[in-house]
Amino acid sequence: MVWRTVFRSALHRPAAEPVGAADADMTTMLAERLAAAAQARLGRSLAIRMVAAGGCNGCEVELRLLASAVYDLERFGLRIVASPRHADVLLVAGPVTRTMHEAVLRTWQATPDPKWVVAVGDCAIDGGVFRGSYAISGGADAVLPVDMAIRGCPPTPAQLLDGLRCLLEANAGR
Amino acid sequence: MSAVSEAVRAGWTTPCHPWPRHVLDAAAWRAMAAALADAPGVDLIAQWADGQLVHALLHDRALGAMLPVSVPVDSGFYPTLSRARPAAAWFERMIRDLWGHHAEDGRDGRPWLDHGAWALHAPLSARPVAVSGQPEPPEFQAAEAAHLHQIPLGPVLSGIGEPAQMRLTAAGERVVRLEARLGYAHKGTLALMRGKSPRAAARFAARLAGDATVAHSIAFARAAETASGIAAPPRAVALRAVMLELERIASHLSDLALIADAAGFAPPGAPLARLRETLARTAAAALGHRLMMDAVLPGGVAADIAPDGAEAIRTAARQVAELLPVIRSLFAQTQSFAERLAGCGVLRPEFAAALAVGGVVGRASGRSADLRRDIAEPPYDTLLLGVPVRQEGDAAARARLRFEEIAASATLLPDLLAALPAGPLNVPLPPVGGEGIGWAEGARGDVWHWLRLEGGQIMAAFARDPGWLVWPALEAAAAGIAVADVPLCLASFGATVSGMDL
Repeated sequence: MVWRTVFRSALHRPAAEPVGAADADMTTMLAERLAAAAQARLGRSLAIRMVAAGGCNGCEVELRLLASAVYDLERFGLRIVASPRHADVLLVAGPVTRTMHEAVLRTWQATPDPKWVVAVGDCAIDGGVFRGSYAISGGADAVLPVDMAIRGCPPTPAQLLDGLRCLLEANAGR
Repeated sequence: MSAVSEAVRAGWTTPCHPWPRHVLDAAAWRAMAAALADAPGVDLIAQWADGQLVHALLHDRALGAMLPVSVPVDSGFYPTLSRARPAAAWFERMIRDLWGHHAEDGRDGRPWLDHGAWALHAPLSARPVAVSGQPEPPEFQAAEAAHLHQIPLGPVLSGIGEPAQMRLTAAGERVVRLEARLGYAHKGTLALMRGKSPRAAARFAARLAGDATVAHSIAFARAAETASGIAAPPRAVALRAVMLELERIASHLSDLALIADAAGFAPPGAPLARLRETLARTAAAALGHRLMMDAVLPGGVAADIAPDGAEAIRTAARQVAELLPVIRSLFAQTQSFAERLAGCGVLRPEFAAALAVGGVVGRASGRSADLRRDIAEPPYDTLLLGVPVRQEGDAAARARLRFEEIAASATLLPDLLAALPAGPLNVPLPPVGGEGIGWAEGARGDVWHWLRLEGGQIMAAFARDPGWLVWPALEAAAAGIAVADVPLCLASFGATVSGMDL
């Protein structure tokens, strides 16, 4: 009995008709919609790690005020974190000194993808007044791919907040 | 006259303003070093170099005399001061890195600022050598006993702060030794200043330390003015004092916030930040910049105070005076927090005296030193200025002094504004040559600048940030504290990096 069923099955073609590949355009579109929805739901928060690349401490003064109760970053979903391993955004302040070059690079490597790099202040943009010194690698872009720059010497907390909020909107897919 | 002063005055003098510089031969310098070993009344303020000379600035406290003194470098070597004065070891390491001069028989021959990554070797020497910088890992003292372990920290430290590397040697949870290695923020500032007019180089002085930009700018401007043989107009001098006191309040407020934060004590954070922000906004409205960067120029100040600026500063000072007692009671009356500060990071008075450390760190350890009183110049000469001193030398004493100094500056500000003289804001610097020393009492201690001009251009410069003495003091005080208290201790000493890294 069994052998007869096996024999018959071998002679028959399958009942189901073959189909081609799924529509590529539709797949891409749906994938994008899903990603956008997830970004909109999950992307409204950024963890920030500040990296002092060898500046004068002026940008750090303003960044500390930005992190204080006066500007209350958490209401925007912005959070200062202790480790680059927890960060979405690296704020690089100061010119990158040659001595800090390697440490800045390793901090960036320790930050998980996807990540943003923001150059904070004139020094981090192109070395500022220290451009051309024997001890300077240059701005943050001498070491890292920079996504955004916030000008100023030092930039005020209000300017820093404006920049970070733009980043938040872009990150949320707007 | 002390033996040191006698030894110094044996040399011939060369013009330097306002104090002539004494040039000694190597034998006389050695005699001076020997006298320094047993001269508690003489402070070593700074040591630096220039061409073929190594300079030191001494302060004979008994005589009230500032003594700049030099020794020629002989085939790359000069006699050390670090056997007599421990603080000289850091200066001598820096002199070797920047000028290539070696201290003969120095206490510490390891590099300090140079990590091997610069494009030049001995960048300030007559003939710097180009090198392809391959950074070397810093060398720390080893842990000598089996029960000791080491904890590496930095150069990227947690929080929003400057780069520094520290190596803690610990026995369990106790710190046996804290050793710092700086140089990560070295930007080559002294080399950038050379060949420029003091006016053009002022922007580098203003960026030596962003949170002490006024103090460094004033010291630099004074050095340029004394070297050129001019004086800033009275209105500029008075406005500089207003800025200096505003900066002092702001810096102390920030440090208090950092101390509370390092101890995980949140309540004072919000009121301290609010006051700090009020001061920054007031400074921007009245004097043109939140940190007053570039507001002081050699020859005077960059701009006049805004028409309603004086009133804005008076209002801010009033707010500080009103809110300060509330914050102070949070510090004093929260038992758990007060107990963390008490006995944390004790700098013994004899160490403070040996290092000649100034500022809050020195005054909390029994050193009555304040340049506003010790070298009384307008406008401070007419003001009654108390210098509060404590003997305990712990974090609690330093916090207490910060509160007292904030309150004192808040009362000084209305007096300074009321006595603001009329007149010009700045005078041009003549294109002449000369040598000058300038100073200012910043929030973290005494700031010193030295300049040599030729034809109105800077030929050589040095800046001594208070950090040069605060870091060794921190190293001395950290022995014996709990590992968990290291951030608190760092905040309590207010140890900043950039001004010292040059």
